[in-house]
This record gives sequence, C-alpha cells and structure tokens, in this order.
Amino acid sequence: MPAVSKGDGMRGLAVFISDIRNCKSKEAEIKRINKELANIRSKFKGDKALDGYSKKKYVCKLLFIFLLGHDIDFGHMEAVNLLSSNRYTEKQIGYLFISVLVNSNSELIRLINNAIKNDLASRNPTFMGLALHCIANVGSREMAEAFAGEIPKILVAGDTMDSVKQSAALCLLRLYRTSPDFVPMGDWTSRVVHLLNDQHLGVVTAATSLITTLAQKNPEEFKTSVSLAVSRLSRIVTSASTDLQDYTYYFVPAPWLSVKLLRLLQCYPPPEDAAVRGRLTECLETILNKAQEPPKSKKVQHSNAKNAVLFEAISLIIHHDSEPNLLVRACNQLGQFLQHRETNLRYLALESMCTLASSEFSHEAVKTHIETVINALKTERDVSVRQRAVDLLYAMCDRSNAQQIVAEMLNYLETADYSIREEIVLKVAILAEKYAVDYTWYVDTILNLIRIAGDYVSEEVWYRVIQIVINRDDVQGYAAKTVFEALQAPACHENLVKVGGYILGEFGNLIAGDPRSSPLIQFNLLHSKFHLCSVPTRALLLSTYIKFVNLFPEIKTTIQDVLRSDSQLKNADVELQQRAVEYLRLSTIASTDILATVLEEMPPFPERESSILAKLKKKKGPGTVTDLEEIKKERNSDVNGGTESTPVNASTVALPDSPLQGSLAELVTGPRPRPSRLNSSRLAIHNLQTGVPCLFKGFFTSESTPSPSADLLGLGAAPLTSSAPPPSSTGSLLVDVFSDSASVVAPLAPGSEDNFARFVCKNNGVLFENQLLQIGLKSEFRQNLGRMFIFYGNKTSTQFLNFTPTLICSDELQSSLNLQTKPVDPTVDGGAQVQQVVNIECISDFMEAPILNIQFRYGGTFQNISVKLPITLNKFFQPTEMASQDFFQRWKQLSNPQQEMQNIFKAKHPMDTEITKAKIIGFGSALLEEVDPNPANFVGAGIIHTKTTQIGCLLRLEPNLQAQMYRLTLRTSKETVSQRLCELLSEQF
Amino acid sequence: MIGGLFIYNHKGEVLISRVYRDDIGRNAVDAFRVNVIHARQQVRSPVTNIARTSFFHVKRSNIWLAAVTKQNVNAAMVFEFLYKMCDVMTAYFGKISEENIKNNFVLIYELLDEILDFGYPQNSETGALKTFITQQGIKSQLQTKEEQSQITSQVTGQIGWRREGIKYRRNELFLDVLESVNLLMSPQGQVLSAHVSGRVVMKSYLSGMPECKFGMNDKIVIEKQGKGTADETGKSELGSGKQSIAIDDCTFHQCVRLSKFDSERSISFIPPDGEFELMRYRTTKDIILPFRVIPLVREVGRTKLEVKVVIKSNFKPSLLAQKIEVRIPTPLNTSGVQVICMKGKAKYKASENAIVWKIKRMAGMKESQISAEIELLPTNDKKKWARPPISMNFEVPFAPSGLKVRYLKVFEPKLNYSDHDVIKWVRYIGRSGIYETRC
Repeated sequence: MPAVSKGDGMRGLAVFISDIRNCKSKEAEIKRINKELANIRSKFKGDKALDGYSKKKYVCKLLFIFLLGHDIDFGHMEAVNLLSSNRYTEKQIGYLFISVLVNSNSELIRLINNAIKNDLASRNPTFMGLALHCIANVGSREMAEAFAGEIPKILVAGDTMDSVKQSAALCLLRLYRTSPDFVPMGDWTSRVVHLLNDQHLGVVTAATSLITTLAQKNPEEFKTSVSLAVSRLSRIVTSASTDLQDYTYYFVPAPWLSVKLLRLLQCYPPPEDAAVRGRLTECLETILNKAQEPPKSKKVQHSNAKNAVLFEAISLIIHHDSEPNLLVRACNQLGQFLQHRETNLRYLALESMCTLASSEFSHEAVKTHIETVINALKTERDVSVRQRAVDLLYAMCDRSNAQQIVAEMLNYLETADYSIREEIVLKVAILAEKYAVDYTWYVDTILNLIRIAGDYVSEEVWYRVIQIVINRDDVQGYAAKTVFEALQAPACHENLVKVGGYILGEFGNLIAGDPRSSPLIQFNLLHSKFHLCSVPTRALLLSTYIKFVNLFPEIKTTIQDVLRSDSQLKNADVELQQRAVEYLRLSTIASTDILATVLEEMPPFPERESSILAKLKKKKGPGTVTDLEEIKKERNSDVNGGTESTPVNASTVALPDSPLQGSLAELVTGPRPRPSRLNSSRLAIHNLQTGVPCLFKGFFTSESTPSPSADLLGLGAAPLTSSAPPPSSTGSLLVDVFSDSASVVAPLAPGSEDNFARFVCKNNGVLFENQLLQIGLKSEFRQNLGRMFIFYGNKTSTQFLNFTPTLICSDELQSSLNLQTKPVDPTVDGGAQVQQVVNIECISDFMEAPILNIQFRYGGTFQNISVKLPITLNKFFQPTEMASQDFFQRWKQLSNPQQEMQNIFKAKHPMDTEITKAKIIGFGSALLEEVDPNPANFVGAGIIHTKTTQIGCLLRLEPNLQAQMYRLTLRTSKETVSQRLCELLSEQF
Repeated sequence: MIGGLFIYNHKGEVLISRVYRDDIGRNAVDAFRVNVIHARQQVRSPVTNIARTSFFHVKRSNIWLAAVTKQNVNAAMVFEFLYKMCDVMTAYFGKISEENIKNNFVLIYELLDEILDFGYPQNSETGALKTFITQQGIKSQLQTKEEQSQITSQVTGQIGWRREGIKYRRNELFLDVLESVNLLMSPQGQVLSAHVSGRVVMKSYLSGMPECKFGMNDKIVIEKQGKGTADETGKSELGSGKQSIAIDDCTFHQCVRLSKFDSERSISFIPPDGEFELMRYRTTKDIILPFRVIPLVREVGRTKLEVKVVIKSNFKPSLLAQKIEVRIPTPLNTSGVQVICMKGKAKYKASENAIVWKIKRMAGMKESQISAEIELLPTNDKKKWARPPISMNFEVPFAPSGLKVRYLKVFEPKLNYSDHDVIKWVRYIGRSGIYETRC
C-alpha cells in the first residue's frame, strides 16, 4: 500500500495493528477490537464532520478488523463518502473497502454506482482505473447490469489512455465471465478487434484475452481478428529480443501475448486467405526454428517462456491439423523433449504427442518415438508422467506395432502403480482385441493379463474373451489348450478359473484326445480350484461340470458323485444348491439325445460394441478418450472387418451413408449363424434370430411398398386382409385432413359401428383398418377386471410421427369404468407394429363405450381417427349353470316389471340354431339346455360382475321361424342392466 | 491411565513435559499446540481427540495444562487429577504463572513423579506431600532413618493423609461453607433455573489422631431423628422441617468413612492436618436468592436505548453483601453511553460491550437503581440485537442453600483433650456463580 509508506502514513492504524499483534490471547485481541470499534462508532456518531484523513484511517481500521474475521456492520457510508474524495489515497481506501465488504444487496449500491459512474466519466486516468478495478473485483451481476454498457465505450473511445484501456478490457472480460447476458454485442466488437493493432502491447495483451473469450461464444463476430492476430504474431515473432523493451521477458519477446494470440487462433479453423495462411505458417516455423537455437540465457525463466510459446504453437498446429510438414516438425520437437531432464517438459511432450498421434499426418512420425516412450514407461520416476506415457502408447498403437506395445504394457503392468492398473488392463484388452490378427495371440495376451493383474481385470474383460473365443472357431482349440496349461499353475486367479471353466466346458473336447489332458484330468484340475472360489465362480464351475457330462460321458459317474455330495446338494447358498440338484437330475434322467440338445455348445454371440471400450469411456469421462477413439475408429473401421471380407461386407463398406449399415455390418461381420442349431432349446437362448429376417427384408426391399411382413409378429387371431396399394393419394380417406390441431377428435370412423357390434360376442379381431393403419384387439376378462391389448400396425413403408392414441370416456362413463394405459412410442416405423395394453376395471354398470382416438402424422399430413372401443357390459358376464327348476324359481323372483325387458325384433341374419348358440355363449352367459319346455327356445343365465355389485341375469330367446322374428326377454336385478343387455343382444341376431 | 502431562505458556511453548507411557510420542506435544492452542477457531471442548490420542486440558490464567492418553480413561478422573495438580502447585508456590513454573520446574517434576506413577494417580494430598517434598531442602542432616521410615509407612499405610504424632498447643479448627449460587431468571421475575453448588472446607490444627464427626441440617438425617423421637419432639419437627435442606448429591474427601455415611448417613473422619475440602454438594430446592434484578429496557427509535435496572437485596438487614457488580450488556453498535446511578460507580466498558456497575457494600432488604441512555449508530444490518442477559456478581455472609452446620465433634481417645477444649470457627460465604436475569 503505497499510501502508508509515504509521508501521510496513518499512525493510529499502525499503533492499532501493533497492539493487536502484541495481544497475548484471543480474548485480549477481542477486547482491544471491541474498544476500537466503540471508539470508531463514537467518532462516526459525532456531530462534527470528520476530515478525509481520519475517515480514511477509521475505514482502514474497520477493514483490518474485518480481515481479522470480525463482523463489521457500519462504516459503509463513510467509505462511500471517501469515494467522492479528490485525493488518491482516500479514494483508494474507499474502493478497497467497497470491493472487500459491500455485498450486492446493500442499500448503498446506488450511491456506490453513482460514485463509480462519476469516476468513469472523469478524465483522470487513475480515478478511472480505480473505478474499473472496483467493478472487476466485485464483479457481481448488479455491477454487470450497471456498467456492462458503459465499459465497451471506454474501451474503444479514441482518447482513452492506454492503461485505462487495459483495465477496461480486463474488467469487461470479468463481467462477461460472470454474466455474459448483460454484455451487449454491438458495433464496438469490430473496433475491439482493432485493438490488436494497438501500439501499446499491454493493451494488446488485455484485448487478446477479452477477444479469445468472446470469440469462443460468438466466433462469427470476431472472425476478422484472425488476420490481425496473425500479423501481430508475426511482428512479435520476427522482432529482435530487444525491440519490445518492457515486454521482452528473459530474451523472449512478449511471451504472454504470443501465447494468448496462439490461443485466440485456436478458436478458428485455419485461415482461408492464402496470404494470411502463409504468414501464419511462417510464424509457426519461426517458433519451431527458435526452439532449435541455443538458449540465450541459462535462467529457467527463459526456457519456460520459450517453451510456453512453443507448446502453444504446437497445439495450434495440432488444432489446424492441415500442414503435414509442421506436424512432423512439431512431433520431432516433442521427441527431443521426451528425453529432456525437466520432468514437466517430458510430461507436456507426452501429452501433446497424444493428440498428435491422432492426426493422420503425424501418426507415423509419432510412431518413430516408440522406443523412447517405452523407455519412459520403464524408467520414469513420476507416476503422472508414466500415466501419460501409457496414454501415448495407447494412442500411437496400430496394427504394425500392436504386438510390441501390448507386450511392453504387459511388462509394465507388473510394476505399475496400483492407481492406474485397471486402466492399463482395459487398454491392453482393447488394443489386443482391436489389432489382433492372430487370435491365438489375443488369447495369450488376455490370459497373461489375468495372470499378472487378475484383481484389476474387470468382468467385462473376461466376458469379452469368452465371446471372442466362442465366435471364432479357429482359436477354440488353442484357447482350450492354453487355458488348461494356465490352470495348472499352483495358484491362479479366480478370473482365470472362470475363463478356464467356461472354455473347457465348451471346448474341452477339442483337447481331450491328448492323454495329458484327458477328460478326467481336466475335471480334476478344475475341481481342485473349486473350493477356493467364490460362490459365482462355483456356480459357473457347476455348469461346466454338467457340460462335461455331455462332452465326456465316460466321467459322468464321477461328476454325478461330486454333484451328489452333501457339500453341493445341501449347500447353504441357494443358487449352488439349486444348480447341483437340477444338474444331477438332468444327468440321471435325461437321455443322451436330450442332454446333447440341452447342453449344446453355445451359439455365437451377436457382435456389438466392445463392452470394455464402453467401460474405458465411462472411466475417463466424456471428451477425453471418446474423441480420440472416434477418430481412430474412422481410420481403422475396416481393420477387423477386413479379415473376413465377404461380398456382402464389401457392399456395406461401399454404402457408407446407408442408415442400416451399422446393424447390417454387425450381422454380417459377426459369426455366421449355424442353421443346425437355430431351433434347438438351450441353456442360453439368444433372441437375435427372430429379428434377422425382418431386418434383411427391410433393407433389401427398402424401396418397395408396405411390406407384408408387417404383421409377422402379432394379430394371430385377426383375419388378415392384406391389401396394400401404395399410399399415393394421401388425403383420400376417412380422415379429417384439415384438422391439424391435435386436440380435435375426429368423428367416428365409418364402419367402426359394425365392427363394434361384432365384438360384443367375441374378444379378438381387427377393430379397424384403412390404407394406413390397422388396429387389432385381443382382450380377456375375468369377473370385473379385464385387459385389452391394442395392436397398431403401420401398413405403410414410412414412419408415423407423433403417434398418440388416447382413450376418451364421457364423464358418466368415467365414473363407472376405470381404464388405465401407458403411452406408446410416438414413432411407428414403416411396417412395424406397436402394442398398447389397457387395463380395465368395471366399477358399476354402464351404457356407453369408450372412444379410442388416434392421431399421428403420416408424410406431411395429419391423421385423426376415432373408433369405439368394444368394452361393453356383457364382457363382465360370468356364466352360471343351473337346473330347470332353479331357473324358473329365479325367473319368478325377478318378476318386477322394471326388472324385465322384452324386445321383439326381426332377424337380420339367417336363423341358424348353432350360430345363435355360439353367440349367446360369446355374449357371456351360460347356455342352459333342457330348461325351457320348448326346445327351440334358448335360455341363458349369468352374473354381471362390477366392483360395487353383482347382478344376476336371466335371458330367454324365443325364435319364430315362420315370422323370422325373435322375442328376447331379459330379467336382471337392475333395470338399467336389463335395458343395456337387451339392446346389445338384440343387435346380434 | 494418563500417558503424559504437558504444561504450556500462552504462546504454546512447552514449559513442562513429562511422559509416563511409551505410547505417547514426542509429536503429541506439537499436536496439541497446533490443534488447540494455535487453532484458528477457539477450541471450547476441554477434551480434544487428535490422531486417536485424547488431550484433556485446563487453563489457569495464561497457562495450559494438558493430560494426554491413548487409552479410554475416565475423563472425570483425569480432570479431577488436573485440578488437584493445580491445587498442589498453588499450595507449593502460590499463583500458577509462567514465571513461577519456570522458577520451580525441578519441584514440579519432583511432584509429577510422586503424584503420578506410570500414569496412575497417587496420593496428591498436599499435607502428605509436603512432608517429603520440600522446597528448602532438608535442613538437618540428622533427620533420622526412623523418621524416613515413618514417612514410608505413613504414605503407604491405611491413613495416608495424616501422620502420627502431631502436636498442637491450641487445638483449633476452622470450617468454611463456601457456596456459589447460579440463577437464570426471566424478565418477569420467574426463576427458570437455579442451583447451588457448595463446598465445606476445613482447616484443622488438632493433635494426635482425632476422630471427627460432622453434622448439618440434612433433611434425611433430621427426619430420621425426628422419627426416632417422634413422640417427644412432635413440635420441633415442624420447626426443623423448615430448617433442613435437601441435598441432591454430594462427594467427600477420601478421609470420610463412606460405609458409615451409607448406613447411618453420619459423616465421620480422621482429618488431614491443615486445609482440605471435606465435601462438595449441590442443592436445587428452596434456594435463598440474595438479589433480585429488575431490568427495564426501552428502545427509543433506531438510535437510542434506555435502560433502567433495579436491584433488591433479599436477606436479613443485619447482613452486608460485598463486591457487588452488575454487568449490563450493550448493543454492538453503541456509540455513546450516559449513566446515572444512586449508589456505587458505573462505567461503560467498550472493550467488553457492557456497562459495569459496582457497589462495595449493600445491606439486606435494600434496593438501588441505575439508569442509562445508550446512543446507537444506525447500521445497515437488519439483525436485531440479541439482548444478552444481565449478569451479577456478589458475596454474601450466609449460605444461600440454607445449609447449617449443626455440630462438629472431635474425639481423641489417646490424648487428654476433649471436644470442649477444641476451639471451632464456622464461616459461611455465598458467592454468585452464573447469576443472570434476562432483559
């Protein structure tokens, strides 16, 4: 604080501070502070005005007390008064107090803002500087709101002093960082860019920071800064070390500015203007050249500054990724740093190289340093550097050096830090899988991995080995042999036992010919590990044993003995016990044929994204590995596909933009399905097969009209009337095309009434069908509950969008019928079918039926369809069988005129006795034979179940063949029910 | 079991360091200094756990005494020991200060060797210690072997706290009943909590091995006696019922025969020579509150506060209370205070944020008042003043609990002096503990 050291140093303050320093205890300090506070309070209270000096002194004391950790709740006013003083020291203390102590919601904020405004408006550069510093130090939203408009003006005004411009730029940067929404973009932005040309390097440095931050958000507005930055950079780079006077730091010209300019350039792609581009390349070359020059000073500051610029230049080169020459040079430069004795440099070099490795131009150049990196892995003392070396090895790995790198990483794993072991294990596993040409090598590597660092091998890794071994015929025998040998070690990791158990269980027969690994030996070897393993492993081993039973019938009795032993059959663990019991029974009861079918070799796994890779991504967090991984994938996408290039595969590669490429490629590059096994039941069943034909069909007939396979999966009961003309005239239909709004419910689709009637006596079938959509139903009812499956089939080849079926019940209906359903997926693919389940509960009897409204977008038009959903009262009918006597007794009991309902109507359909019988049964009631004295009459009885009551129903149908008339009489205990049932049933004949 | 004992000055420099057990390393000394003495936040808990080591500390003026252990000790025992240790040091060289400790460090180490053995507390009776740990050095070379062996047998014997063969020309004893009365009262004068903790301190100058019996107006004893002689003293029972007090709990000096207290509730003992604390007790019922404080605080606007406090003495007019001090807290934004009081002196102490009113003497059944005008500085803090309670200090010549010494009988069967020959002095002193009234 220059003010104190000068002549007007505040003695009172100095005394107070020394008093406090001399306090022997906390209590004494508090006493002293209390005394001082009381003193200041009485001074501030005093009626006579204090002069500026004492105000400053007391505010200073308050500030000191605050910084000691005590609460200050007064004196703000005095501090604000200081702001309007004309003396620098007083103003400075005032601003200091304000920026430390004033919180944003203070009442004084208006006064403060006013004072700041005055200072900003004054022409005095020191005052402006103080005000700007205060704004930046507080940096609150309120400050931003008040001044964000003002500061850009100061920044670009022609007559502003350099130092003020500098402060203004940094202040604006700070405000932009805290509350970007208050900083308006305007015409000042273009003028700010021109600050890069300013004479004063301090201004340029501050402006560059500001522009870099702004350009990250609004790249378009600051595009012009690129050429200016390049020219400024080239001027700095080419200047002699003495040109820049104050801005030369240990013989490096303006290192901070250079770094910032390079950062700014990293916000943009390489400049398009050839001249600018050439100039930039020149600059970067000069920087690289300078790195080769002997250092001008031995001081560490010199090399630090130089290297900072160099690393920033290299990251710009990597960012641009367009100049192979520069990339290679950068790589060579980094290569030199790899052996530098400065640890930080080695770290940075490895880190930068990691990104370099992903560039196609420099990948080869990076690979030349493999020896050095491997050496670093072995000899480096700092663990973080070793970690970087591992990353780099992973990044530089490709087919040519995979074997070497994997071997080195495995070597390193034995001595690696515990903290990074798991990551290395994952990386090794991925590399081994990705670049495996020879799968025996892959198996060896992974087994080695398990041997060396078994604890760090996650589930995913060993799952993957098994997947790969099962999918590849050629390694199965080798894998079995290797695993068998590995298991012979006296102590082996549990993960190895798991892999061993699984592989021997599947492919043990492949090595059984050798007398050294005869079935019994294999079994004994595995069983010797059994007791040392955890429960999941033991469960796996039990499965292995039962597989052995199938593979080697000769050791069946041995295995049965093991399964039969008390330690298995009566194991405390339920899973083990169950397996033992089931396997034992299976092996004793089942014939060899059944055993062979059940215990068939596992079918190949579907090819999917490597689970290990997913795990590594998760571990690293998004952004770091992913990008790199994706870049690499692009480049290496055909590495594994190439090994077994089939004609289909070639066609996939040729069709890079086909949306189905991914899934098809998976299908094709995956193992060829073996048809002999497809329909046998197994312990593990893959549901891949069902999907296969569909997918292929979809792909090969993609240009065709609605595929007939749309109905493949459902609607078994529905009579299929698959007439599929291409949906050419979109608006021709039953649908109100013009009602685009989703809230409008379409009028009932014609014909649905007919269909509705049909559903009174049956539960399954097609409810509605037009050119686009088919709605099928399957329902079942029990007592007062029911469940209805609604199948929506898209008959076209294009997607339905915004597909929303809704159930609409009138208020009345809502109270008597409870419907629950889940929303369906809003898109229905062409030819696909979606299913919706409706759970129904009947609360009391009801008259109407709910309406199903379906809205979706097909092509460009909006479709709206409404149908009546056939949920009728008779669905809750439970048939009751009774004898003639009972029937008539009850019939008489319900003799009240309201309880009876009679209807005489003309037959609409031919009067066939069998059909009538079926309809009555379908209606839900029991058909009672030999009840009515007239055998031509039909008599039925049943109970309607609702949540609230149960209603007994008796019905009698008397056909009159001559008149082609029916008389239907219904007697129930409730009037409305009689009425409704009579209505429903009358419609049927 | 205490593992070690350290004494620090206010800066945290180690003055005394004595380690009794191997599990306490040298770094324990620093750990306490760093984590407790130099802690940024004031450590309020007397027990601190650092790295599975427990530190028990007490503070005497600027001196820190810390006992260290790694075991699960009885914390009450450790603190009892630390207090005893303070008493012993005070008895040897007066006030516990840095200078005194530096001047007597040899003595302190000697004491520490004696009163703690492998971390187990030993005899810490000052009287007994003084017989063999002396400050002047042993004067006569002629202190015989006999005498030395006598010390041994005494210290290890059944009555470790008193040696035989003490002789006084005048057999005299002093009994002090020291009580401190604690109170929290609501502004309306309702007692929210009150209790008295008292001590009976005895100073005995008696020859031989006297057997003493101490009697006081303990409710249980009085009632038992009353029952025993119910028919004859039916009348006096009423009278004594008022006089007796209910003791909530009490502890005794090691010399008291606890078995006798348990069975007969009589306190009999052979006293140590010189001063000792015979018993401690606590009562919560029927406490005589010597003073009543009536506060009246009125806020006049945002910048002014008027305070009026009346104190009333509530005991016999013939008695005089002494050293009366009333402490009236002031708000934190006080900028000026004017005080008017009839009696005594009052002053605003800015460093303590309080008005302190002192009265030297005050007789019973009197009242006195003070009024103050406090000017406040307006602050931008919306927080209201918490109004801490008004506290009070005083000293009165009676026992606020109502405890009375009924008798103290002395029997010395071997020497020929009787109870009547002993000159006995009894004194009651009641002091204020935390005596607060909310305002």
